[in-house]
Amino acid sequence: MSATPIEAIAIGASAGAVQALLRILPALPAGFPVPLLIVVHVPPDRSNALVALFAAKCRVAVREAEDKEPVLPGTVYFAPSDYHLLVEADRSLSLSMDEPVNHSRPAIDVLLESAADAYGAALAAIILTGANHDGAVGLRAVCDAGGIAIVQDFTDAQVSTMPEAALAACPSARIMTLDDLIPYLLTLAAQ
Amino acid sequence: MDAALVQDALPQNGVEDIEIQLLLEALYQRYHYDFRHYARASIKRRLLQARGQLGFASFSAMQDHLLHDPATLPRLLNYLTVQVSEMFRDPAYFRALREKVIPHLRTYPSLKVWVAGCSNGEELYSLSILFREEGLDQRTLFYATDINPTALKAAETGVYPLDQIRKFTENHQKSGARSSLSDYYTADYGRAVFDKSLRSQVVFSDHSLVTDAVFAEMHLISCRNVLIYFDRALQDRALGLFRDSLARKGFLGLGSKESLRFSAHAPAFADFVREEKIYQRQDA
Repeated sequence: MSATPIEAIAIGASAGAVQALLRILPALPAGFPVPLLIVVHVPPDRSNALVALFAAKCRVAVREAEDKEPVLPGTVYFAPSDYHLLVEADRSLSLSMDEPVNHSRPAIDVLLESAADAYGAALAAIILTGANHDGAVGLRAVCDAGGIAIVQDFTDAQVSTMPEAALAACPSARIMTLDDLIPYLLTLAAQ
Repeated sequence: MDAALVQDALPQNGVEDIEIQLLLEALYQRYHYDFRHYARASIKRRLLQARGQLGFASFSAMQDHLLHDPATLPRLLNYLTVQVSEMFRDPAYFRALREKVIPHLRTYPSLKVWVAGCSNGEELYSLSILFREEGLDQRTLFYATDINPTALKAAETGVYPLDQIRKFTENHQKSGARSSLSDYYTADYGRAVFDKSLRSQVVFSDHSLVTDAVFAEMHLISCRNVLIYFDRALQDRALGLFRDSLARKGFLGLGSKESLRFSAHAPAFADFVREEKIYQRQDA
């Protein structure tokens, strides 16, 4: 396990995202000491559905990320639909309307690359189920910055394309099922 | 080599961050384009893209070219500023302007509207069409400003790829359209050429929210998805400029994820259509 205490957890998920996140996020206790930054691929018009869905089921605070807001512990931030979510060096969030990356806005790569820059080794990043390659380049950046890289076990993922692509880009990533992941995150955050 | 002179190894991205800082400083000192207070994470992405596509091995190499060869400037600017947009993007915003703001604007004998950061002009033409549909076009002067001369030229030309028209039309209809978008353009070799009468009352101008000042008294300022690219200090500068540019009870429209919440200028504005980020200037 990394010597650097984890200051943020970034998660990328696409097809099958809601079911996977419904296993993870409600399992986190109130006062979970680390912020979670999440990009889920959703169509542009379905904006706040995720926040409403998860806020009702979670003990941690669940919000849509706002431009230039400071990142707070114990809070889950979802990227708004049709905007990229980035982390600045001062650990505040920013949004952008730059072109889609990997045909996606928000894109997982954009979050992970900026978060790797901002948090360096103090970041854990997780690529969950999905049917595309978004997040692979970003997970590589997380590894290169010394952070913890995790991909969902292929047999556990509803669609394994995305974790497979991420593992190919970042072979040192840990492979975990959702059942493994939950206690791992709790331990990680407790350090 | 004296070991004491060898500093702790700086990670590669640490070196890059220094180079970016120096490049932005060079851009400012040499050409007075000031991106130093743009939100850095986005700027870095764009610069990385520019570095790759313009074929520079490092930002330092790019800086060398930028300082000594002015032809590098426009190429770089296109990466740093160009925004892809849509006409009537976020139709609910335009519907709110039409239904809530226009009735107030109607009471003025003449109107000034500022599209700040107009990019390629999609928002400008949307407003021009909306004001014509509402019968206010003859008494309205539009200012369309941007820092990128290439984008300003595109805005002045008003030509968009024909394959975007379907989306534009759909947005326009959802905005409460009183006419058909096809009334305003002609199709020509895969392009939609917008009627030049839509820009007969438009002043296109180079203006920077970072370094330039108030230039007229406005009744409506529309500045959408520009402020998200600024850091908080620069957002405050721009919002101060908007405050000082607005007539009494004038309106400010921001992008759907932008707000005055974190700004020192928030007390100068009141929510007018909260969910569409339309604000009204308050008396001091």
